Amino acid sequence: MDDLFSDAVKALLTDQCTPAVVRAIEAGQPHAALWQALETSGFADALVPESAGGAGLALADVYPVLELCGAFAVPVPLGETLLARGLLAHAGVSAPSGSVVFGAGQLGPDARLHCAQVRCGMQADWVLVSCGGVCRLLPVAAAQMQVAGFCLDAQLSWPQTAWDQAQQVPGAHDLVTLQAALYAAQLAGALMAVFSRTLQYANDRQQFGKPIGKFQAIQHQLSVMSEHAFAARMAAQLGLCAEGQVPDRLRVAMAKARTSEAALEVAGLSHAIHGAIGFTREFDLQLYTRRLHAWRQAAGSESYWHDVMGQALLDSPEPLSLDLIRTLTDVVV
Amino acid sequence: MSQLDSLNPSAIPAQDEALRQEVRAFLTEAMRGVPAHVRARSWMGYDPEFSRELGRRGWLGITFPAVYGGAGRSAFARYVLVEEFLNFGAPVGSHWIADRQSGPLLLKYGTEAQKQRFLPAICRGEAFYCIGMSEPGSGSDLASVRTRAVPNGSGWLLNGQKIWTTNAHNCHFMIALLRTSGEATDRHKGLSQVIVDLSLPGVTVRPIVDQSGDSHFCEVFFENVQLGPDALVGDEGGGWEQVTAELAFERSGPERLFSSIALFDEWLAYVRTPQGRSPQAQRLAGKILSQLAPLRAMSVAITEKLRLGESPVVEAALVKDLGTGVEQLIPAAIADDLFSRVDAEVPAELLNTLNYITQVAPSYSLRGGTRDILRGMIARGLGLR
Repeated sequence: MDDLFSDAVKALLTDQCTPAVVRAIEAGQPHAALWQALETSGFADALVPESAGGAGLALADVYPVLELCGAFAVPVPLGETLLARGLLAHAGVSAPSGSVVFGAGQLGPDARLHCAQVRCGMQADWVLVSCGGVCRLLPVAAAQMQVAGFCLDAQLSWPQTAWDQAQQVPGAHDLVTLQAALYAAQLAGALMAVFSRTLQYANDRQQFGKPIGKFQAIQHQLSVMSEHAFAARMAAQLGLCAEGQVPDRLRVAMAKARTSEAALEVAGLSHAIHGAIGFTREFDLQLYTRRLHAWRQAAGSESYWHDVMGQALLDSPEPLSLDLIRTLTDVVV
Repeated sequence: MSQLDSLNPSAIPAQDEALRQEVRAFLTEAMRGVPAHVRARSWMGYDPEFSRELGRRGWLGITFPAVYGGAGRSAFARYVLVEEFLNFGAPVGSHWIADRQSGPLLLKYGTEAQKQRFLPAICRGEAFYCIGMSEPGSGSDLASVRTRAVPNGSGWLLNGQKIWTTNAHNCHFMIALLRTSGEATDRHKGLSQVIVDLSLPGVTVRPIVDQSGDSHFCEVFFENVQLGPDALVGDEGGGWEQVTAELAFERSGPERLFSSIALFDEWLAYVRTPQGRSPQAQRLAGKILSQLAPLRAMSVAITEKLRLGESPVVEAALVKDLGTGVEQLIPAAIADDLFSRVDAEVPAELLNTLNYITQVAPSYSLRGGTRDILRGMIARGLGLR
């Protein structure tokens, strides 16, 4: 993606997605104004072909937008909708109006379709549900819902008849991998936001007559934070490097595992450096560190993806692990 | 932090990647039957004949201009070569420093006469180099070096002592950082680099046996060693800046990720067997892979910066600190995996490799700058110092 596109996204989010707006939406205030501003900008159609009115970008090109969704703690499903509209467009299905998120569904003995935790489900219009290898679009308006885990995430259920009558999306779709690529990119953005805020705080906060950032112990903690943030960012970028529109599952495994590991380290160190102030609701740090934990959990934690990578490595006939490392990291520019 | 923002995935050019097949075919033959605990030494393994063979094949000094015996290839050509050397555990220690560091230093700062005299022998794998930095009283505080070269009628008279000099006992030349003017209190001012022929009278080299039983560190004593006027490398008094720039080459390469790779691959071979496979081992394999792979991408991205003529010193420190962390995790975690198994019959060669790597692993985070020094450099890059 050219810088103009991501600069435009950044300008819009700086203006429309302030910490005050994030707080209000988390507290249950309407999200319509923010969503409308984002929708009008057309960013959610980045992956939709130009012939269908989108920007026609490739998957790797949208990394900067997804990273910004993390860096600005965007409390509406912009990243989810962007990826879902891309999937739908390439599956030949016209996207419904409004936002779309992803769900893993199970048909229960109560004749209902259950999605245990839909990320950003409290803010969504539609859910692209995968159940038994089939994907269908269901309206959130018709669901029973309650908050599940993170304040924007929802447990949803529909009568089985709603599932049976819902519009099917042709083809087989690995929604978990697609989401993991998204949350890896958002984690990379949030990691960098937490790191830069903590660096700023260490420069500003005075104790013992000088900024705490002048103390070697704090400097080394910030150095370690930067190491994790930059390794995670590299991994997240590679997670979206793919031929065409479908992410590579192993690259995503690396991206989500590495960013999730970094999330835990960086969240812990940032709170350690901030002391009590960082623990307050009033201070902005929590907007980002709570998301580090939420997105670490979303679409598979690090161990989930370590298992996937480990299986690929053990099933590989190559005696050198270097060969799989190269497959994961070699890019063509 | 803007310099670090630009650490993005970079491509290895196809013509450089093409070298891999050729070097791999050679290594597959040359390393056949070498046990893992020997391969684990890699750039700590010395084999002058092996180095000369690489020289004959044109794989040493490959980035140097052809006029000095090199091939004028990019930093990525060397990256592909050394990545293969390290992953095969080839004994590349003899020429390692010359090819990685001393040669490029001479190319950048040396006189035309120095380049013509020293570089062709490096490319032939006939001249081996070490780097004289640390002294008994100067470890992490490198600017406090006391070894001194005093100008006299014949050039420079050298007196003092270096320590922890990797491979000095197998080398022909040392590039030493020492004081040519001023006092220790002048710190960075008055430091210079000189090239010392280690066969000169007055030079004594003593290997230091390490806890693994190997000796790659050495003490080097200089007692009235007479150097010629042409021993100075670069500017008199410019030693500190030259050394700093050199460290980007020293800290970012694949040798900062793959020091424990022989153990990892040997363990994987065991875990791939029916009796070795377990869910815990599978998860651990994935964890290590997920840490190594992004580091490799970062190392490639830094190579791209070196190719563009930049000096990514902070990025290199970041990769080295993270890299040595993974390198040290590998023996610790593999030991835990193997010895959490009840009544497992673990192959002796795997145990020997684990034992060697466990013993040598502390050196990863002290050679090339300790963990604390690297974190201090990153902090400086972040504007905290």
